[in-house]
Amino acid sequence: MTLPHPVVAVDDLVVVYGGRPVLRSVTLHVAAGDVVAILGANGSGKSTLIRAVLGLLPPRQGEVRLFGTPLRRFRDWRRVGYVPQRLDASGGVPATVHEVVASGRLARRGFLRPNRQADRDAVAAALADVGLTDRAGDAVGTLSGGQQQRVLIARALAGAPDLLILDEPTAGVDAASQESFAVTLRRFVGRGGTVLLVAHELGPLAPLIGRAVVVHHGEIVHDGAVPEPAGHHADPDHEHVHPHAPYDLPGLWGTP
Amino acid sequence: MNLFAYDYMVRALIGATIIGLAAPAIGIYLVQRRLSLIGDGLGHVALTGVGLGLLTQHSPVWTAVVVAVLGAVAVELVRERGKASGDVALAILFYGGISGGVVLTNLSASKSSRSLVSYLFGTPLTTSAQDLVVVGILGAVALTVALLLRPWLFAVSHDEEFARVTGLPIRLLNLTLAVTTAVTVTAAMRTVGLLLVSALMVVPVATAQQITRGFRATMYLAMALGVSASVAGIGVSWQADSATGATIVLLSIVAFVVVTVGAGAARRVRAGRPSSARRPQDGATPDDAAAEPHEVVLGR
Repeated sequence: MTLPHPVVAVDDLVVVYGGRPVLRSVTLHVAAGDVVAILGANGSGKSTLIRAVLGLLPPRQGEVRLFGTPLRRFRDWRRVGYVPQRLDASGGVPATVHEVVASGRLARRGFLRPNRQADRDAVAAALADVGLTDRAGDAVGTLSGGQQQRVLIARALAGAPDLLILDEPTAGVDAASQESFAVTLRRFVGRGGTVLLVAHELGPLAPLIGRAVVVHHGEIVHDGAVPEPAGHHADPDHEHVHPHAPYDLPGLWGTP
Repeated sequence: MNLFAYDYMVRALIGATIIGLAAPAIGIYLVQRRLSLIGDGLGHVALTGVGLGLLTQHSPVWTAVVVAVLGAVAVELVRERGKASGDVALAILFYGGISGGVVLTNLSASKSSRSLVSYLFGTPLTTSAQDLVVVGILGAVALTVALLLRPWLFAVSHDEEFARVTGLPIRLLNLTLAVTTAVTVTAAMRTVGLLLVSALMVVPVATAQQITRGFRATMYLAMALGVSASVAGIGVSWQADSATGATIVLLSIVAFVVVTVGAGAARRVRAGRPSSARRPQDGATPDDAAAEPHEVVLGR
């Protein structure tokens, strides 16, 4: 009998971007059923870490394994659901909420396979899960930022993944959508799902998080309980709205 | 005056219908990826194929297909690398294509600049039965790819990074789209010509997307607009004795302007009428759009 593989295993990972090391020897293991938050200031390397886990950035050194398989040989992408920070709707062609969510189902449906009843049901269930069933026929572009974020989560859920990887799911999202998002995530975890998410701050997600990993200057400087917010971020009245500049002040960690 | 009384008119109309359907059906994916001008560039490249066909006395359509497909693969490989220098590489490829076409045509026995002009701007009224078979085959390929692969091509065009993480065969899909674009361009060269084909791939899509809410609806409406413009363009140019390809494109642009003005007016009328959803009652839960700072409401 062997121990189950960690769902995500990152060992001694080095990622270089534009000649600058963004991650320096990062090691992180996520077990099945874990809910792990990667925290850190903008530019700390936390988004780079999950992009490397997803194979979107090549490692300079070290290895990433998903479900025990090295990333270069990993083919079982149906088990992974990715929620990017925002919708990258490049061109001007509109797409309905249903069309975008159904594109996430292709992970299960496979290439050139017909759309079966199970696929239609999964898309409908994912829409219901995020409370957007009544907006299914609307253009995604006409939705608010919070609703668009829920569309992206539904798109990932439509593929019925075992692991959800989310990049700043609550950034720039109103409180009502954040609450709705926390409920959706709690249901996913209740079904036995594993979650790895990047956050600037946790908000209503905090009670769900089992473990926090803090990245600072490309290194993991904390791995354990969720740290207490410090500085002006600790103020309950603090309105956490940042302009989307490439860098801003370190918030949760290393407040000056 | 009966449009259908002449065989050449019937052939021209059938050819225009095929192209009117196929060009926007592939063009919608290009518009979505902000590659609207790729069709134009591949048209330039295809001209070298036309010149090669005239010089070697092969059917210019098939040599144009081969050269345009090779060009499309090269374009996709440059795009995939995403380098800034790729822009210049594409420019060199496109200008090389058009220059090569002109030089090869002049070297060919026919030495006729008239044949070159007919490929550049299209001469649907001289479509032969044999031409029509070729256009039919190429158009059927383009339509099959555009319609059957829609879920996957939509996914990769909508959000390539997400599609990659979904495990879709990204490179195969991108190459398929590039090659099908080349096929569509060459199929359309008889009807609207290599210099104007891109317009028929882009303008009906740009028109349709102003009044539709979804991708599939945009695709079908753009195909309907493409066919209407092509068929009407043949009719108008026959009556007015104007250049057919250019007439088709001008009609598409007229439709675009009319719909743009109309949709803008409709939006202004709606905006001027306060609705209950826009002004939530006190105590009621405001909808998300109203609750958020408006910078994060991504108006697309």
